[in-house]
Amino acid sequence: MGALKSTPAPIEHHDLSEKTGFSLRQIRVLHKRFKQLSEGDDVLRREDFLGISSLKYNPIRKEIIEAFFNRRNFSPSCEGRANEIDFEEFLVVMSHFKPPCSKMTDEQRKNIRREKLKFIFNMHDSDGDGLITLEDYRHVVEELLSRSGALGKETSRAIADAAMFEVARTVGHRDPDEFYEGITFEHFLKLLSNFDIESRMNIRFLKTDVIPGCRLG
Amino acid sequence: MAVLGPGPASFRFGSVLLILLILSGSSWTRDVPTGRNDTRPELNRERDGQNRDHGNNATKHKAFPVLELNYDYVRMPFEISLWILLALLMKLGFHIIPRISHIVPESCLLIFVGLLIGGVIKAIQEKAPVMDTKLFFLYLLPPIILDAGYFLPIRAFTENMGTILVFAVVGTLWNAFFIGGMMFAVCQIEAAAAAHVSLLSCLLFGSIISAVDPVAVLAVFEEIHINELLHILVFGESLLNDAVTVVLYHLFEEFSHADTVTVGDAFLGVVSFFVVSLGGILVGVIYGVLGAFTSRFTSHFRVIEPLFVFLYSYMAYLSAEVFHLSGIMSLIACGVVMRPYVEANISHKSYTTIKYFLKMWSSVSETLIFIFLGVSTVEGPHNWNWIFVVFTLVFCLLSRVLGVVGLTFIINKFRIVKLTKKDQFIVAYGGLRGAIAFSLGYLIHQDEGSKDTRGMFLTAIITVIFFTVFVQGMTIRPLVELLAVKKKKESKPSINEEIHTQFLDHLLTGIEDICGHYGHHHWKDKLNRFNKTYVKKWLIAGERSSEPQLISFYNKMEMKQAMMLVESGSAAKLPSVMAAAPAAPAAPAAPAQTAEQQSEPTPERMIPKISKTREAEIRRILRANLQNTRQRLRSYSRHDFFMDPFEDNMSEVRFRRQRVEMERRMSHYLTVPAKQQETPSVRKVWFEPEHKVYTYDKNESTRPSDSAALLDESNQRADGQSEREKPTRCLSDPGPDEEGSCFLPS
Repeated sequence: MGALKSTPAPIEHHDLSEKTGFSLRQIRVLHKRFKQLSEGDDVLRREDFLGISSLKYNPIRKEIIEAFFNRRNFSPSCEGRANEIDFEEFLVVMSHFKPPCSKMTDEQRKNIRREKLKFIFNMHDSDGDGLITLEDYRHVVEELLSRSGALGKETSRAIADAAMFEVARTVGHRDPDEFYEGITFEHFLKLLSNFDIESRMNIRFLKTDVIPGCRLG
Repeated sequence: MAVLGPGPASFRFGSVLLILLILSGSSWTRDVPTGRNDTRPELNRERDGQNRDHGNNATKHKAFPVLELNYDYVRMPFEISLWILLALLMKLGFHIIPRISHIVPESCLLIFVGLLIGGVIKAIQEKAPVMDTKLFFLYLLPPIILDAGYFLPIRAFTENMGTILVFAVVGTLWNAFFIGGMMFAVCQIEAAAAAHVSLLSCLLFGSIISAVDPVAVLAVFEEIHINELLHILVFGESLLNDAVTVVLYHLFEEFSHADTVTVGDAFLGVVSFFVVSLGGILVGVIYGVLGAFTSRFTSHFRVIEPLFVFLYSYMAYLSAEVFHLSGIMSLIACGVVMRPYVEANISHKSYTTIKYFLKMWSSVSETLIFIFLGVSTVEGPHNWNWIFVVFTLVFCLLSRVLGVVGLTFIINKFRIVKLTKKDQFIVAYGGLRGAIAFSLGYLIHQDEGSKDTRGMFLTAIITVIFFTVFVQGMTIRPLVELLAVKKKKESKPSINEEIHTQFLDHLLTGIEDICGHYGHHHWKDKLNRFNKTYVKKWLIAGERSSEPQLISFYNKMEMKQAMMLVESGSAAKLPSVMAAAPAAPAAPAAPAQTAEQQSEPTPERMIPKISKTREAEIRRILRANLQNTRQRLRSYSRHDFFMDPFEDNMSEVRFRRQRVEMERRMSHYLTVPAKQQETPSVRKVWFEPEHKVYTYDKNESTRPSDSAALLDESNQRADGQSEREKPTRCLSDPGPDEEGSCFLPS
């Protein structure tokens, strides 16, 4: 960290800190990691992620990598996918895993929940149409079970079916004639209403105290 | 007793019980040895009498005794059983009086009953049974700890392990030294008249009183249904501080016999702490692995499976106690290690047996402990020293508050989810003392100074226990309401949440890897992988070893719903759904993958294939009739346990709904292939067009057989219809079964 420590943080880092809520020190370390992954480049590509060795055991590796290139994660209005991302977008994706502040109003807590759940929703919704269809969900379950050897697609299908039924039930879908297209984001929120994602979906970034000022992007 | 009038039934009930208790109490006092001596001459006399009767040279003709009273023969077991029976009747009685049980926690009521009994026994000038330390530590405490350890929520526990350890170790040490030191200072005051108490005695006293008690915490916290984080923090602390208590207790006891205490001795004390805790855990892990390994081979002899679990755990506890290691930590480690593997190996019935037995034993133990506490209070050597007792109480509360606040301040720097002031308050307020402190106090040798010292200590300990259990126990519930502390979420375990829990685990591991940060998730993932590749192969029988958690979760859920369906006795109604097939609305065939899922029939199959259109129809109808299903209540609390869905009254409407839901679920299995070796515990149910339902089970797993057994039983109950083949040995726990075919009539 020698050289980095002596120079003052560039202006961009201050801006990024404002935008994402990371502290300057965290941004510096993440920048270093970014450079390491991209081998000195200014942008990251998918191949760079594949170089991470410990990621290869991960059953949902592909989805995670895709999440970094999914424009919907950069800002709510963007669409489509990118092929390369720069440091700012990398940080924005990472900021979804920030721990929540200890003092938060209910409104802020709800917003954070929405953000995190939207991230996961985007991961499930591979074609980006805003709906998680049965096929999408089946794919998720298959991936989760894929690392456990040949367990048969049918079992994962059965599980995904059961999960979809549960969704339909939770959402209050009673009309027998209606074809259940897929899970919308609102349904997804309702489905996981008991799941305290805001305290679970967190990464400890360097064990430093989280954020001065506790900005919520 | 014949004068049971129209008065309030509970009062009559109570008075009857009291009378019986007096009787038992009075007869408890005779020594056991004399009892035994009495029986032998009695037996001899009987034999003589009979000889004489049969006999030849009888001087006196004694009439053959038709009815004899020989109480001494059964006195010991009789009295023990009577005590337990009456204790449980008391507990039952409390639940019948609803108003009181809402205000006063059960533990208080039980202590109160104990006080009454003790008072009565004292009034009739008899010696009451006191809580023998051996009885407590060897017989009463292990079931409670095993119950707690076996059903410990691992995820919450490991996520908060750091916090729990800090509270348990540092917090208890702080408490012990603070209280010990301050009490020594108090003893120097003139008015206390206790100047003879040495520093080491005070430290010993401090170490006894400082530990939070798991029994009391369990008893009180279970009733208030607080959120999982706080529950696990306080409860985990109460379990893990046992090591500290054991070390401190033995340390100070040894030192008080020695003349001088050197730095070397203090250092050895620290070393001994690590030995005690890690050694205890090691012993527990060894026995846990042994138990898991044994359960791998019990498929032929299912009936004794629960016994293995209990015995291995108990042996772990006793073995740890032999070496003065922490028995509680050993027991917890054994239960935690053993559980995932044992549950994968044993039959469903054994699992239920284990669950019920553990809850039962721990309930009985807890009841007995509190009653004995009350009785011993009246009985025990007392020496009421106002200043000592009051200051003890004050310093206990003070040290607890200071300890919690101070430690939280440090811990919050390392926690993601910080502990709020409310949380801190509950953690501090939930630091209850209980019977362990009392028993340890009893153990103090008499030659520790004078008898007065021991009496003084005991009185102070009892006062603190009473204060915490009564005052804090009673007020914690309204305080929780007042402070609006988050309560436990009554969540049904849903498959979606389980999927997302696993998804999140992998996601966070992946993000950590991307950050290059070897954090919590990374190591957990490594452990899981190690577990899967090596450990599971050794400890889990057969094919279950490769079954991932999601599948076992799903199977458990399905199994539960199958059993619920069976309980509603609905299997006979299946044909009606089929009959309604033509009349169903043309619902769109949501992923109609039936086409590609018609797998080839294997030779073992006995039923003809169903046509694809039929399958599609069935799926459509059942999907259309989607209704609510009851889910299993996931809970590890003793109180919630009694509200098992099976025991609840289900209305007929819900019956029907569940049945339909279950039929829908069963239809899933239409599309599961016959490759049994992949999912051996999944049940295959096939619908035959002639409304005969066959089930078969190729592999040796017994879980499906249980449901078949239930299906069979329920049908026998529901309608004794004809043309039913004799079931093969489905009703008992069968071993591996070639074609365990159970036929169900229409």
